[in-house]
Amino acid sequence: MTPAAGAVGAAAERSEGVWHAAWRRFRTDRVGVVSAAVVIAFLLLILASWTGIVARDWQREVGVANAPPTFLGPRPPEAIGAIEVPAGPNVDLSDVDPLAPRYAEWEAAAQKYRTAETPKAETLPLGGDRLGRDVLAKAIKGTEISVFVGVLAAIVATTIGTVLGALSGFFGRRVGDFLEWLYNVFESIPGILLIFAFAAVFGRGIGTVVLILGFTGWTGLYRQVRAEFMKHGSREYVRAAEAIGASRTSRMFRHILPNVSHVILVRMSLLVVGFIKAEVILSYLGLGVGVEDVSWGTMLAEAQSELILGYWWQLAAATLFMAVFVTAFSLLADAVRDALDPKLRGLE
Amino acid sequence: MSTLLSIRDLKVRFRMGKLAGVPQVAEAVRGVSFDVPENTIAALVGESGSGKSVTAMSMLALLPDNAERSGQVLWQGRDLLKTGLAELQAIRGKEIACVFQDPMQSLNPVFTVGAQLVEPLVRHLGLGRRAALERAEQLLAEVGMPEPKRRLASYPHELSGGQQQRVMIAMALACEPKLLIADEPTTALDVTIQRQILELIGRLRERHRMSVLFISHDLGVVGEVADHVVVMRHGVIREQGPVARIFAAPQDAYTKALLACRPSLSENPARLMVIDDHIAAGAAGAPTAEASRAVAKPKDPRSPVVLQVRALAKSFFIKEGLFGKREFKAVQDVNFELRRGHTLGVVGESGSGKTTMGLSLLRLHEPTGGEVIFDGRDILKLSDRERQPMRRRIQVVFQNPYASLNPRFTIGRALVEPMEIHAIGRDTAEREQRARELLVKVGLDGSAFGKYPHEFSGGQRQRVAIARCLTLNPDVLVLDEAVSALDVSVQAQVLNLLKDLQDEFGLAYVFISHDLAVVRFISDEVLVMKDGRVVEQASAEQILRAPREAYTQRLLAAIPRGYQGVAAA
Repeated sequence: MTPAAGAVGAAAERSEGVWHAAWRRFRTDRVGVVSAAVVIAFLLLILASWTGIVARDWQREVGVANAPPTFLGPRPPEAIGAIEVPAGPNVDLSDVDPLAPRYAEWEAAAQKYRTAETPKAETLPLGGDRLGRDVLAKAIKGTEISVFVGVLAAIVATTIGTVLGALSGFFGRRVGDFLEWLYNVFESIPGILLIFAFAAVFGRGIGTVVLILGFTGWTGLYRQVRAEFMKHGSREYVRAAEAIGASRTSRMFRHILPNVSHVILVRMSLLVVGFIKAEVILSYLGLGVGVEDVSWGTMLAEAQSELILGYWWQLAAATLFMAVFVTAFSLLADAVRDALDPKLRGLE
Repeated sequence: MSTLLSIRDLKVRFRMGKLAGVPQVAEAVRGVSFDVPENTIAALVGESGSGKSVTAMSMLALLPDNAERSGQVLWQGRDLLKTGLAELQAIRGKEIACVFQDPMQSLNPVFTVGAQLVEPLVRHLGLGRRAALERAEQLLAEVGMPEPKRRLASYPHELSGGQQQRVMIAMALACEPKLLIADEPTTALDVTIQRQILELIGRLRERHRMSVLFISHDLGVVGEVADHVVVMRHGVIREQGPVARIFAAPQDAYTKALLACRPSLSENPARLMVIDDHIAAGAAGAPTAEASRAVAKPKDPRSPVVLQVRALAKSFFIKEGLFGKREFKAVQDVNFELRRGHTLGVVGESGSGKTTMGLSLLRLHEPTGGEVIFDGRDILKLSDRERQPMRRRIQVVFQNPYASLNPRFTIGRALVEPMEIHAIGRDTAEREQRARELLVKVGLDGSAFGKYPHEFSGGQRQRVAIARCLTLNPDVLVLDEAVSALDVSVQAQVLNLLKDLQDEFGLAYVFISHDLAVVRFISDEVLVMKDGRVVEQASAEQILRAPREAYTQRLLAAIPRGYQGVAAA
C-alpha cells in the first residue's frame, strides 16, 4: 500500500512503444521473418520492373516460338515440312517475266531498308511463349500488375468494409439497418454479374479492375467487422472510455479498431489472394487488364491453349510466382497479427 | 475411516516455451501431500495462483498438454498418475466427478439439460434411454430443482445461474461418484444462491456418503461446509488440519491473514488486515497490528451534498409480436443524497437493477425518468456539449478488471487518454508525470506505465482502473461490483485503498455490491434493491443490526460466516 521509495525513480524510464514492441516480437518469429523477406523481394522486383530496370522489353520476341527453358535444352529440329529441292540449275525466266527489268531497282531500294536480322534464341531461361517472348520477363511484369491489382483492390475493399462495418456495428439501429440493406443488395446479385455491370460502366483497364474488385469484394469483411464491433461495443473497456468522455470516433477507431485489427488483417490477406485469382478470371473473360499489358491472369489464360501442345512452362512460371507470393503474403499477415497482439507476448 | 484419495508429494510444472533458447518452466505445485478420507468434505483454500485448481485437475489429467506431473495420486491404492487414458476415462465421471466454477460455460448451450444429463448415464451406467431419462428426473429433483420434468426439456440459458449449477451437480452425481471435486462452485453466484448450493452439497454428502474436494478462495465459505482444510499458497501447503482447529487456532501467519482479511459482520475496523501486514507482524513476533482495531472515525454529516437523485427510473423495451413492445422496468423510483466523502452502498441480488441504476447516473444507460442533480444542475437535461465537463466529475470502476481495460493500450496510454480528452495538464510530459504519480498512489510503481493490462493480476488491474478515474479529479466514483471478482485477500487491499483515497480526496462513492459484509465495511448509508425498487434504505449500522425487510434479513443470513463452532465458543 505504501509506495516504494524507489518507485518514482524507476518511473523515469520511457516505456516501449507499441510498434517497437511489435517489431521486437516479430523479429523472433522465424517464419514471419522469412516470409517478410520473400514479400520484400517481390516488392523490390515490382519496383525494378515498374522503373524499367528489369523486364522493360518483355514484348520483344527474343526467342523462337515456344522456346523451351534452358535446362531442357533446344528442341530437336523438326523433320517434316522440308520440301525436296529439285536437282539442276533454275530455269531462266527473264525473257518472259514482265517484272524482270525492275528486280535490280527493287534490290537497290531494299538495300536502303536493310535491317539486322537478330538471331532468335533456341532456349530461354524459363522458356518462351508462342510469340517467342521471354516467360521470365513476362512473369516479372505480370507480378507487377497482379500484385498491384490484388493489394490495391484489397485495400479498397478493406477500407470500405471496415468503415461500413464499424458504423453499422457501433451505431446499429437506423444506420445498421440501412447498411444491412446495402449489404443485402450487393450480396443478392451474383458476383460475376455485378462485376460485368461495373465493367460495363467503367470500361477496361487496370484501374477499373481495382475498383470493380474493391467495390464488390467488401461484403464478407463488412459482416465480420460489424459482428466484432457489436461484440466490442458493449465491452466494459469501451464503456469505460465512454465514461471518461471519449468521443464516438475515438471509441470506434482508437479503442475498438486495434482490438479487431487481427480479424481485418487476416481477412485482408485472404482478399489479396482472392483478388489475384479474381483478376485471372476477369482477364480470361476479357474484362481484366488490357491486351497491351500482361498479368498472371493473362499468362494463365494463354497457358491453357499451350498446354495442349505440351508447352507447360508459361503455366509453371505464372503458378510458381503466384504460389510463392501468395503463401509468403498469408504467412506474413499471420505473423504481423501475432506480433501486434500483446496477449501472446512471451509465449511460443 | 479409510482413506479414499491420498496425494503424495505432487509436483506440477508447465513448460512455457523457450525464451532465448532456454526452456521456461512455471512451477505451479511444488510438492503437495494430503489425504481425503471417505465421507469427508476436504477443502483446498488459497488465492488465485496458489495451485489449488491445478492440484485438483492433475488427478484426472485434465491439465493442458504442456503440464508435467510427478509424485503420487493414490486413488483407493492405485496411482492415477500412472494409469492409462482409457482407464482414467472410466474413472472420470464414474468414480470422481467434477463441478466447475462457471456453470454458464460448463453446460453446452445447444443441448437441452435432459440430453446432457442422460449422456453420462448411458455411457457409464449403460442405462437405456427411457431409464436414463427417469433417472435424470430423479437427479434434478434431488438437487432441489423445481419442476424437474419440465426442466429436462429446457436449454441452459433458460435457467438461472443457481439452477445451472444445480444441473452441473446433478450431472456430477449421475453415476454416484465416490469423490466430487467442486472447483469454486459458488464463486460466480449470488450470496443467497451460494448458501443454497452449500447446503445442497452438505446434504448430498450425507445422503450419498461420498467425499467432496471443495476448492475455494474464501475461508468463510469453506468454514461452513468443510471437515478438513488445506491452505495453499504459491504451490505449497501452508497449513492443514480439521476445520475447528484451523479456525480456532491457526498456526500459520498466512492462514491467520486469510481469516482476518474478510470484512466481518460482527466488527467494523477502519482498515482491513492484508496478508502482508500479517506476515510482517508474524515475522516481527508482534501481536496482530493494533491499527486494524481502531474504529473508523465518524464522517462529517454536514458535508455538502454532491449528488442528489430523485425518482430515477430506467425501462427497457422488449419487442413483442410484430409491432408491440413490452416495458421492462429495470429501475424505478430511486431517491438518495450523497455527501462529499461519504459512501452509499447499493446491495441486491443479480437482476435487482443495482448496476443499471449505477450506470444510469453516468448516463451510460439513458434513464427514462427522474432527476440526477449534480452540483445544482440536472445532468439528465444537459446537452452533449454541456455534459462533457460533467463527465469528468463522475466516474465509474467496473466489475471485471479483465474486461475494463483496453488490451491494446499500455497502462500509460490508458491513464493519459482521459487527461488529453479533458485537457488536464499542459503537455504530454506533465500528463505522464501525473499518471506515474497516480500509479504510485494506488500502490503500483511507475514501471507499470509501459506495460499492457494482461501483465497484471486482477487486483492490480483494478488499481489501474481506479487510477484512471482519479486522473480526472472526480467528485463521485461509481464502483460497480469493483471488488467482487477479486480474491478475498486482494479485495481487502483494494477496499483499504478505496478508504484511503476517500480520506485523501474527499471522494463520494456509490458502492454497488452483492456482498453485504463488504458494503457494510465501506458504506455510510445502504440501499437494498430488489426487482428494480429500493426495499430498504438506512444507515449501514441500522441495516445490519435491525433489518426491517424480510429480504434484507435473508441477504444477511446468506453471508458465509466461517466455522460456526468458533463463533459460539
